Amino acid sequence: MIRYIAKRTLVMIPVSLAVSMIVFFIIQLPPGDFISGYAAKMSASGEVMDAQALAKLRENYGLDRPWYTQYFSWIWGILTSGDFGYSLSYNRPVSEIIGQYMGITVIISLATMIFTYVVAIPIGILSAVKKYSFFDYFATGVGFLGMATPNFLFAIILMFLSFQWWGDPMLGLFSPEFADAPWTAAKWMDLLKHMIIPVIVIGTSNTCELIRVMRGQMLDEMSKPHIVTARAKGLPEWKILLKYSMRAAVNPVISTIGWSLTTIFTGSTITAIVLNLPTQGPIMHRALLSQDMYLAGSWLLLMAIFTLIGTLLSDILLAWLDPRIRLDRKEA
Amino acid sequence: MVQTEAQQSGSLMRAASPLPGARKALEVRNLRVGFPTEEGMVQAVGGIDLEIERGRTLALVGESGCGKSVTGRALMALQPKHAEVSGEIWLTPGRQEAQLDRRLRASSENGSFNLLQFKPGGKEMRHVRGGLISMIFQEPMTALSPLHTIGDQIMENILLHRTKNRKEARSIALEMMERVGIGNAQRRLDQYPHEFSGGMRQRAMIAMALSCQPALLIADEPTTALDVTIQAQVLELMKQLQHELGMAILFITHDLGVVAETADEVAVMYLGRIVERAPVRELFRNPKHPYTKGLMRSIPRIGGVGGRLASIEGTVPLPLNRPPMCGFYERCSERIEGVCNRQDVPESDAGPGHKVRCFLYSEPEKKGDNPHE
Ligand SMILES: Nc1ncnc2c1ncn2[C@@H]1O[C@H](COP(=O)(O)OP(=O)(O)OP(=O)(O)O)[C@@H](O)[C@H]1O
Ligand code: SF4
Ligand SMILES: [Mg+2]
Repeated sequence: MIRYIAKRTLVMIPVSLAVSMIVFFIIQLPPGDFISGYAAKMSASGEVMDAQALAKLRENYGLDRPWYTQYFSWIWGILTSGDFGYSLSYNRPVSEIIGQYMGITVIISLATMIFTYVVAIPIGILSAVKKYSFFDYFATGVGFLGMATPNFLFAIILMFLSFQWWGDPMLGLFSPEFADAPWTAAKWMDLLKHMIIPVIVIGTSNTCELIRVMRGQMLDEMSKPHIVTARAKGLPEWKILLKYSMRAAVNPVISTIGWSLTTIFTGSTITAIVLNLPTQGPIMHRALLSQDMYLAGSWLLLMAIFTLIGTLLSDILLAWLDPRIRLDRKEA
Repeated sequence: MVQTEAQQSGSLMRAASPLPGARKALEVRNLRVGFPTEEGMVQAVGGIDLEIERGRTLALVGESGCGKSVTGRALMALQPKHAEVSGEIWLTPGRQEAQLDRRLRASSENGSFNLLQFKPGGKEMRHVRGGLISMIFQEPMTALSPLHTIGDQIMENILLHRTKNRKEARSIALEMMERVGIGNAQRRLDQYPHEFSGGMRQRAMIAMALSCQPALLIADEPTTALDVTIQAQVLELMKQLQHELGMAILFITHDLGVVAETADEVAVMYLGRIVERAPVRELFRNPKHPYTKGLMRSIPRIGGVGGRLASIEGTVPLPLNRPPMCGFYERCSERIEGVCNRQDVPESDAGPGHKVRCFLYSEPEKKGDNPHE
């Protein structure tokens, strides 16, 4: 198993490099570059820049060189000195921007995931065990509603309600008075309060889907022939549920945690914009629009690495939970 | 392949000390199992009687869908919740009272109890399941949990019924594994089902089922999923263990070749009823019921083993809203119109230990209309 993990980790290196190159290539693909976009913006505000000034700027930022040269010097910087390049639109090193937003993104994503799993797994299991009960119908009904409501609409509704009841739409992640305050207990509480709406909004559709998956899995497991075997041994029903049905039903859900981590990273951009959250989604969105290629490239590269790590994590969990896969791996 | 007598340790021999006099391990009286559906009651088992003596094998044969599995499951109260079950199922474990669970002892009548008095998932029934009656299934591939080791699954049975001590349970499991001919048992206990071949899994199932020395083993087509050589080995193993442990076996099958090899008695089932029962030689020599005769004709003459019940014309009707009449009427070439389709067929004697349910061997009631179904 350890050999397997080591092997997989090694394979991740060339894959991330390849991904980063493709990402970089695609970002510079649209005509124009950051400077031409910048010039257009300047001229819109009445300030005309001559071609020479533009060329000078390009040279300063290395934008006049072919894309692969730019790519190699960028990746070289990352590998040798952890330098992710310079963000043109923020006028700051990319690593600084990453540092600022990544923490918040990770916190929100993790909170959302925990919310999703803690809510969905028990409800899904209970729905299956009490199939066709009032509880089951209720959970299914609410689940469909939750899946059908677009996240941004849901976000606006919750913000409105929050404003109605508490006079605060809970925009952003901090109240103004805490935004630049040091980390005190009160600031943490403020953060937690502001995280409720984003977590519910980002998590709900995943939660509803997971409830359905969980319920289906559980029903499937409960009708397996080996459940009859267990019953024929004289095992009490609750023990059968715990030891066999639930154990097996939770397996695929737990083992895909790694994958869902990455979808939460990527899937919540619009919600984050609506809720004015300082997560990576909106930043990424803006960087792509303005062809701020080092920033966008760095984000995408990190995302790819997260995806790879998530996948590896899932595979490890899968092997850990399922002996059939575990033994396969042993031989590999 | 299997351990010799001298190699067996004493622990297996401990539990079974038969009660003198009690010969029949199982007696079933007028067992009915019905499934309410939207179109009406599907009477999968329509009132059957069965008897199995200790140490003997009764084969229950019949075409697919005739109710064999439903019967077997009903004996362990494993039918779905909505099923309606009635009749009597008398089990005589043939053990000293002291070795029985306290609750079971309280409801025993001369060492026997009617299993239908117990709640299907209740404590008493759970003592019966796995402890007094065990079951092995057709599909050894799916009858074991893929996520738990073989040892864990065998020990679970032992821990429920024989000992609370894990070490002791493991050594009993080990002994059972050796006994069913699984080599390298110590290591094998910690393996998972997918590391076992089909035949080995069925052996492990047998080890599990017999680990608590049940009075009755229900084997629902235990060899159907195995190839022929493995099939013969497993049958041989079951016979040998029956000889050593003395349990009764209800052997469910639709393979008459297997019946000839394993059974002492045979009950032929059709559409939820037992249409004929007799000792095995008697039945093969002297089949009476038109359905049984049809079955016999469908066995390939040369080779003997492997005859499947498929070549009788027509299909089994669904046991749904049937008026009192012979179930085989639609397919019977000897049917008597106005008789066979007018009333329920009673069981009549057709020789020593030989009973048949057919109007060719009994006088129909004069009036034609049978008041009870
Ligand atoms: N849960 C159920 N609900 C309704 N009908 C059922 C149910 N279980 C079984 N039946 C019906 O009962 C009848 C007997 O089924 P059973 O499984 O006992 O057949 P079988 O003799 O074991 O056949 P096979 O040789 O195919 O295993 C069938 O007609 C089947 O459709
Ligand atoms: S009772 Fe009549 S229909 Fe039924 S098997 Fe006998 S002869 Fe045939
Ligand atoms: Mg069956």
